[in-house]
Amino acid sequence: MISLADYLMLSGVLFSLSVAGIFINRKNVILLLMCIELMLLAVNFNFVAFSRYLDDTAGQVFVFFILTVAAAEAAIGLAILVVLFRNRRSINVKELDAMKG
Amino acid sequence: MTFEQLLFYSFAAVLIAAAIGVITSRNPVHSVLFLVLAFFNSAVLWMLLEAEFLAIVLVLVYVGAVMVLFLFVVMMLDINVARAREGFTRYAPLGALVTIVVAVEIAYVARARQLGVQFFGPPERRSVEYSNTEEIGKVLYTEHVYAFEIAAVILLVAIVAAISLTMRKRPNLKVQDIGKQVATRRGDRVRIVKMKSESPD
Repeated sequence: MISLADYLMLSGVLFSLSVAGIFINRKNVILLLMCIELMLLAVNFNFVAFSRYLDDTAGQVFVFFILTVAAAEAAIGLAILVVLFRNRRSINVKELDAMKG
Repeated sequence: MTFEQLLFYSFAAVLIAAAIGVITSRNPVHSVLFLVLAFFNSAVLWMLLEAEFLAIVLVLVYVGAVMVLFLFVVMMLDINVARAREGFTRYAPLGALVTIVVAVEIAYVARARQLGVQFFGPPERRSVEYSNTEEIGKVLYTEHVYAFEIAAVILLVAIVAAISLTMRKRPNLKVQDIGKQVATRRGDRVRIVKMKSESPD
């Protein structure tokens, strides 16, 4: 049978792959946003697996709220991206240095 | 190997392959499509965990709305793919190192004997009458009702923020100003001229 550790391992691999994605795609803001979505998916996986194995519905309610906030975050992030591209003609992280950070 | 294990391992393999596709593909459009594949496989695995409502929500909200939004933005912006890929090989070893460290740490925690995670046996399958949606609804509208309302406000804020960020005022645009139209008086438009009648010649 499938144990809880199998699900935790799967979500751990998914999470570390998205961390790697942030490292190797550090120029492209769209890919960074997509890697964040993948990370949230991995975290949601943990919540759903624990909710099933501990027999507690609260985990699934939490996933519901994470999905809500992630959808809002994606919408605002992409809106900022569109405005950024309209003003700078580029979404390269290297060129976004107007604030001298 | 039981049928359940076969399902789990095959969908998990496709999920991880799709995640690798997301972070390594050359074209951002392919990345988005790989992410859609990853979400579909996760939805199937969540169904295996008997979270049917969330599996359907993942497909409807994520694949149906958020990923389509991503696809719109990726296709709308004219990105120089070659420039965006600069430094890919330079950061690949560092990325691989961090990945391995994070994966080993998570594996250690997941398999740690002290936590006893491996002692969690698979729970019993629910009966046919069990409704996951009903079960979530019962706690969502009673215990978590304030959080639910805050989530609604967050979505409203997101709508307002996204629209106000992307709306732009273009100069020289010919639009009707309803307030001005309604406030107009007769005197603004019509001028009555008094003059004497003239003969034709």
